[in-house]
Amino acid sequence: MLSRVADAIYWMSRYLERAENIARFLDVNWHLTLDTPGGRGEQWMPLVSAMGDFDLFAARELPGDRETIIRFLAFDPEYPNSIVSCLGRARDNARTIREIIPTEMWEQINTFYHLVREAAKGCDAVLNNPYHFCDEVKRRDLTISGIAGDAMSHDEAWDFFRLGRLLERADKTSRILDVKYFILLPHPTDVGSNLDYVQWAALLKAISALEAYRRRHGRIQPERIVEFLLLDHDFPRSVLWSLIRAQQCLHAITGTPMGYFANPAEKRIGQLCGDLAYMSVEDVVAKGLHEFTDNLQTRMNRVDEAVFATFFSTFPAIDGASQQ
Amino acid sequence: MPPKMDFDSYDVGPFFDEMFTPDGQPRPGCRMLHDKIASLPPGEILARQAAAEQAFYDMGITFTVYGHEEGTEKIFPFDIIPRIIEAAEWDALERGLIQRIRALNLFIDDVYHKGRIMADGVVPRVVVESSSGYFKECQGLNPPHGVWCHITGSDLIRDESGRFMVLEDNLRCPSGVSYVLANRRILKRTFPQVFEAIDIRPVDDYAPLLLDMLHAIAPQAANRPTAALLTPGVYNSAYFEHTFLAQQAGIELVEGRDLVVADGYVHMRTTKGLKRVDVLYRRVGEDFLDPQVFRPDSLLGVPGIMEVYKAGRVAMANAPGTGVADDKVVYAYVPRMIRYYLGEEPLIDNVETFLCWEDKARKHVLANLDTMVVKAAAESGGYGMLVGPAATPEEREAFAAKIEADPRNYIAQPTVSLSRAPVIVDDHFEGRHVDLRPYILYGDDIRVIPGGLTRVALRRGSLVVNSSQGGGSKDTWVLGPGAAARG
Repeated sequence: MLSRVADAIYWMSRYLERAENIARFLDVNWHLTLDTPGGRGEQWMPLVSAMGDFDLFAARELPGDRETIIRFLAFDPEYPNSIVSCLGRARDNARTIREIIPTEMWEQINTFYHLVREAAKGCDAVLNNPYHFCDEVKRRDLTISGIAGDAMSHDEAWDFFRLGRLLERADKTSRILDVKYFILLPHPTDVGSNLDYVQWAALLKAISALEAYRRRHGRIQPERIVEFLLLDHDFPRSVLWSLIRAQQCLHAITGTPMGYFANPAEKRIGQLCGDLAYMSVEDVVAKGLHEFTDNLQTRMNRVDEAVFATFFSTFPAIDGASQQ
Repeated sequence: MPPKMDFDSYDVGPFFDEMFTPDGQPRPGCRMLHDKIASLPPGEILARQAAAEQAFYDMGITFTVYGHEEGTEKIFPFDIIPRIIEAAEWDALERGLIQRIRALNLFIDDVYHKGRIMADGVVPRVVVESSSGYFKECQGLNPPHGVWCHITGSDLIRDESGRFMVLEDNLRCPSGVSYVLANRRILKRTFPQVFEAIDIRPVDDYAPLLLDMLHAIAPQAANRPTAALLTPGVYNSAYFEHTFLAQQAGIELVEGRDLVVADGYVHMRTTKGLKRVDVLYRRVGEDFLDPQVFRPDSLLGVPGIMEVYKAGRVAMANAPGTGVADDKVVYAYVPRMIRYYLGEEPLIDNVETFLCWEDKARKHVLANLDTMVVKAAAESGGYGMLVGPAATPEEREAFAAKIEADPRNYIAQPTVSLSRAPVIVDDHFEGRHVDLRPYILYGDDIRVIPGGLTRVALRRGSLVVNSSQGGGSKDTWVLGPGAAARG
């Protein structure tokens, strides 16, 4: 397929997944505040930090209260990772590939975008109770995924769609873990307390993982949760699951058998998957959870760069032709 | 209480009305639709209009309004009351359009080869060679099967007596067919019972016919040709149409930057390297097509593509050079072309046209500016025109000066009172002027899509139907052979 089109599908998909994940972040934090007695320790800044956009937020000199941060993450047109910005960019990309994606998918993305823009206009209701809005965002993105799975040919376009989504998801799941790192417990002795457990459970809820986790590990134990979110082989939002599927997408695109690599993107993601697959949660904790996820995100960024250089940069084809 | 909408107070006026006879009776083919509308409960018509507009909005068939709040989007105005053309009437139009396209194609081919029609003094050479759509670079080119104009949209109007006439021919990149298809899709949701009850000729096979045509003109060597639609990109006003047609025909949508000439062929840049393209449906004007041949500053085209075209290694629809017959002065000679090449009388007349470069005609035009419509020869989209009766004396004076300064560039036609059709205005119906753009495909044979785009001048009294001038559209229903009897 056209390089330009592959690029647009990949980013359309990433922005959609990103919008959904921001809704998940907001939703979980909202529920956390409801479980925090008397609003004690209601914390919203960790969401901004987990997005990796603390500096961007700080530069705006805005207060760190709930309403400001919900407005920033959901509706700020100037903030490039807000839900409304993500939808706008997803739709811009979708518009350039309308001939490739199913009509139903374009219409979903289009009406989704209008919904978010409308919500942004009268956003007081959302600021007071973001639940319904976040739920709608998640549901609409799930619908788009469903359309993709059931209405797109599972060909190259589908592989790029999945690739974008999976790399974005791996990134955001690792960042959700970081939310816990950034959320401060009211007192050091609260580690292992009821409140601590509530927070860990909330993380699981954020990625729709609480029930799957309970069946897998039963009790809430921080180390098992870290293991589940990072290294689980079966849960479709774990980092390792997402990266292994992303790797399969890359190989489906190029036709290179697994275990071999034909380009830097396959090499980097293969190394990363290999490292994670042979890692235990004890290794992670020994390294420090925040340090580990920080390093993980850097390596995932390098995969993304290699995907760009391999498939999307403007002149790979012409370079190939001139060598003949 | 929502308004009950009926036609009791509808005024046909001194015009030909598409739905009613002068004494206010629905025309035979319109009776079923008329009765259906009249039987709807109060508020229903407006609700259906609103639902249709919402559907356009949800489908993203919108354009961005500049100068308003950032990102405001609007749909192209659309009226749910269809315009109906009866079977026999359409069949006559179809024959006339096929005749016209055959003659136009023979003319273009002649212009770029021997130029017999000019040598014989039927069309003045100066008219042809001064046309902005004439490219001497295309001299001697041989498009497959000698077909140049593969996709044409000729604009038809009706006068007070209901006679159809050709207003102009669009042979460069006629747009709007996507609205024909989208309008129909929406109307099937809006009036399903009427569709069930009467025989309306379908338009849904436009995309397959387009694809067949593109395959038919592919270079001989390709047994499974790769076709692509070349668009100027997402900022072009017809971009929706480009994506829509590419999607419906299942072909690639490419921009100039996606294409490259290598090893004597045109290729697309893909994730797996270069892939050859055999046929391009180009929606990029000739001037922008190849910076090595035409405008050197163009970034929309593909350097070197004309060399490949000349060598017969890529086909293009329409063929570069076709625009020579798009010129409004050349248009005036089409009836003569029909007689010259086909030895037949034109089945559809032109609107009477005065060529300002002819002294006698110019004097007549300048003396009668207040009754005429004057148009710049190479402009489209309703730009560069004067509607005499609606203009101020100052505007007429300014236009007269333009005509004197560049007479070759202007034609004038008497103001024709275009036919009208009822449209929904607030809570009632009013007549508005309409025209009709049928779409004609010319590959192995010539196919005319039944109906076409009915454009509506939405402002009361206005004769200008172009979408760039605030016009809207309607679905156009061509009835099948038995429909009138049953309806």
